[in-house]
Amino acid sequence: MFKNHRARRVTTFVLLAGAVTFASSAAGNAQVGFSKASTAKCGTVTLADNAWVGYEANLAVVQYVLKHNLGCKVVVKNISEEISWQGFASGQVDAILENWGHQDLAKKYITTQKVAVDLGLTGNKGIIGWYVVPWMAKKYPDILNYKNLNKYASMFKTSESGSMGAFLDGDPSYVTNDEAIIKNLKLNFKVIYTGSEAALITSFRNAEAQKKPMIGYFYEPQWFLAQVPLKHVTLPAYTVGCDAVAAKVACDYPPYPLNKVASAKFMKSGSPAAKMIKNFNWTNADQNSVAKSLAVDKLTDDAAAKIWVTAHAAQVKAWLA
Amino acid sequence: MSTQLLTPPKSGQPNLPAKKVSKLNIYLGSLTVGFLIFALGLRGRATMPLDRSSLTPFHVWLDNVSAWIDTNRNSNPVFTTFVNVIRNFMDGFVTFLQNMISQTGDTRTIPQIGWLGIVAIIGFVVYAISNLKIAIFAMVGFITLGLFGLWQESMDTLALTLAAVILSLIIGIPLGILAGLYPRFEKMITPALDFAQVMPTFVYLTPVTLFFLIGPASATIVTLIYAVPPALRITSVAIKQVPWSSVEAAVSMGSTRWQALRKVQLPQAKRTIVVGVNQTIMAALSMVTIAALIDAPGLGQVVIRALESLDVGRAFQAGLAIVILAVVLDRSTTAAASKVDSGNTKAEFKRNHRIVLAGLAILAFVACLVSRSINWAGAFPASGSIGSNIAKYVDTYVNWFQMHFVTVTNDITDVVSYGLINPMQTLLTQSPWFITGLAFVGLGAIFGGKKLAAISAFCVLAIVGTGLWSDTMATLASTLVASVITVALGIIIGVWIGRSRRAERWIRPALDAGQVLPAFVYLVPFLGLFGATRFTAIMAAVVYAAPASIKLMADGIRGVPDSIIEAATAAGSSSWQMITKVQIPSARRALALATNQGIIYVLAMIVVGGLVGAGGLGYLVVAGFAQENLKGKGLAAGLAIVLLGIMLDRITQAIAHRNSKEYAATSH
Repeated sequence: MFKNHRARRVTTFVLLAGAVTFASSAAGNAQVGFSKASTAKCGTVTLADNAWVGYEANLAVVQYVLKHNLGCKVVVKNISEEISWQGFASGQVDAILENWGHQDLAKKYITTQKVAVDLGLTGNKGIIGWYVVPWMAKKYPDILNYKNLNKYASMFKTSESGSMGAFLDGDPSYVTNDEAIIKNLKLNFKVIYTGSEAALITSFRNAEAQKKPMIGYFYEPQWFLAQVPLKHVTLPAYTVGCDAVAAKVACDYPPYPLNKVASAKFMKSGSPAAKMIKNFNWTNADQNSVAKSLAVDKLTDDAAAKIWVTAHAAQVKAWLA
Repeated sequence: MSTQLLTPPKSGQPNLPAKKVSKLNIYLGSLTVGFLIFALGLRGRATMPLDRSSLTPFHVWLDNVSAWIDTNRNSNPVFTTFVNVIRNFMDGFVTFLQNMISQTGDTRTIPQIGWLGIVAIIGFVVYAISNLKIAIFAMVGFITLGLFGLWQESMDTLALTLAAVILSLIIGIPLGILAGLYPRFEKMITPALDFAQVMPTFVYLTPVTLFFLIGPASATIVTLIYAVPPALRITSVAIKQVPWSSVEAAVSMGSTRWQALRKVQLPQAKRTIVVGVNQTIMAALSMVTIAALIDAPGLGQVVIRALESLDVGRAFQAGLAIVILAVVLDRSTTAAASKVDSGNTKAEFKRNHRIVLAGLAILAFVACLVSRSINWAGAFPASGSIGSNIAKYVDTYVNWFQMHFVTVTNDITDVVSYGLINPMQTLLTQSPWFITGLAFVGLGAIFGGKKLAAISAFCVLAIVGTGLWSDTMATLASTLVASVITVALGIIIGVWIGRSRRAERWIRPALDAGQVLPAFVYLVPFLGLFGATRFTAIMAAVVYAAPASIKLMADGIRGVPDSIIEAATAAGSSSWQMITKVQIPSARRALALATNQGIIYVLAMIVVGGLVGAGGLGYLVVAGFAQENLKGKGLAAGLAIVLLGIMLDRITQAIAHRNSKEYAATSH
């Protein structure tokens, strides 16, 4: 019993001594690791990171320039589009770098709550539409016109689509009118909601590899098109207002000029980062080249951005002016 | 339908009184025939379909409610104070842990404790609670994380998981004990537990960030909601398993009720409570990826980002890191329990053990100090090339497999879809709602009497009220197929590993992997093999749900008292007779729990199914998370999943309960 007691005392002593040493070393620790570069001028910038590679490309380059040219500390938040907008209201997000439309959110946060501001175009032009796998476009060239789709509809039948041809949709956060378009153009297709971009891309990739028929919703700019160049199907041309009533849409999607959005507070802060993000502007080809570095060559954000920034020094300088 | 889930094994029936069985069969038979006649005769009528983009007034109302919360959350002081207190506490707790093990502060380049220190502490703690073998295993596991090039991400995940698990156990175990002791309390909280376990996370992801903002607090709360129920439920089952006679014996010998709990019930319940701890850790780790959607730090982020570019290898690498963490935590807790069970109580041994521990504690502290002052011991020095080699290997292997087997797997998809899923779905979606609804009420009445009939009726009407009957039936068809496969696997593999320790040792890592490997990791290869179909969703659900069923079943088989086994062996039972006549019937309670949990885990994957082409309610929930104007509809879809889950849960429980009562009646 006595020995046991002593053993416990030894343990206690060791723990105590350890704690004291640990605490004292904690106090002195600031001198051990080398301290980080001063970021006083720019401060911290919080950027939303939405889950598609095109966005990632914008983010990589903006982040690179903010860090290396302006000495900012950049915090990246991986969140969905809607939660990114919500971040403007709570003060947790400073900027969104590629915004696809979202008029409802713009109305809520820019017009009504006035917590966000439109920062202008990124220069990228978004195209949304119907696409088929390339092998089909080659074998049945007339499939690229919607009027001929019914002729091929039965080829697109799957276990999921019953007696109709399957038309695949992707991530539900994207704007789609496909059900209405199919109904109003009297096409013999049924929309299958794959539910994610991963499912949609995998389906397209497999269909091309196995030479199986497939048609679905897709968009540009997108890195996947560099691997499998999907072919755009022509729908009745878009005219202003043809998509005003959701149930009656019978026309193609409008062109999407993509823009940037930032929190009102961040813009008023006078941070040099705010100005840089406002000036940020590039082309689809620029974005695709960085997106390819990320998705196909599997480079890190920093490495991919460095390649592009080094090759476009003048353009970067203009953003900083 | 659901009756197939839990019909007792054929061999159990000779034991039952013949009259009773035939009466039950007559009821079930007439219910089935009646359902089929009316369902086919009236098909296509009152099916309540709803277009993808159409909303009912209820959906719009839900939309308005969430909009109201959105605009008012900052103006209601009581509300903001309450929420802010919780948020600050959670944020503080997680950030503290992160600062200790994963995140660098503003003035530091390594966390408070570097990798060497963490590995040493893990070794010390695991040795202290279990044994040397497991301790070495744990340290090797942690070093592997570093070699993968994912040290910091892994430690972020560990910090978040620790926070969530600690809070879950603090909440879950005491409540579970209460629920085990007081059936009335259990009845009261069961609906809340069902709700928490079945309500898809996607539904409350946005509301939680509205209240608690993006960050560790939200991530912890999302995880808590999912991880508390298993801790609570299994603790309660554990307490109830202790024979009442042993409690009475203790009380009659002069123990107070509290002493009886502490000295008799808790020690006897320990083995099962540890299963609960184990399930809580698994549940918390299974939320890592989903929590990453609201910016939870750690490995989940790596998975999500890899998915953007369909980088299967990278996703797998991060997924594997999650699995390693899970296996280490799982083995340590399990070994800790069995050590307490068979603890060496000799004073001599205890003293020596203490001295060894004291020595190791000193070593661990020295390692911590070293890790704070020397660079190679602070930041993990590996380049991560092992990790990227694994990623490359996985990529190659998956591609090879896909190229060679895709025709076969496509055929499997077609056979199951045309042969099983389509007919089932057509039957359920094309029948009038009141006919299918009546069938559910009938099932409830047959197995659980008036009360269950009333619950079923309530659920059916409430689902109709959500306006999503047709989608619910589509989801039900897939859920039933997945549940049948899950329970079948649970019984077959559960019995196998319950009987053989060696088999368990080999199978168990695969089970852990199935439970914690984020579905996102295998979704892309599954999509490659089975296409964007309901079958892919079913496969994903089975991978996730079967391990829980298997583990619980195996635990039940091992819990069969040795005396019964010995008696049966002495009576000359063959292995088959032993399994079907002794072990499975004696483990009925476990079978019930295994079935029940299997179905609940399948339901938890409905939303993941929505991401790979299952459509139905799962897709609507995902759409609600993604689109402002579908928020109300997504919420309604979440409610429909809960209602469907509660109904299936109650009916299977009643069937199981009836079986164990019959068994008890006939075996005496």
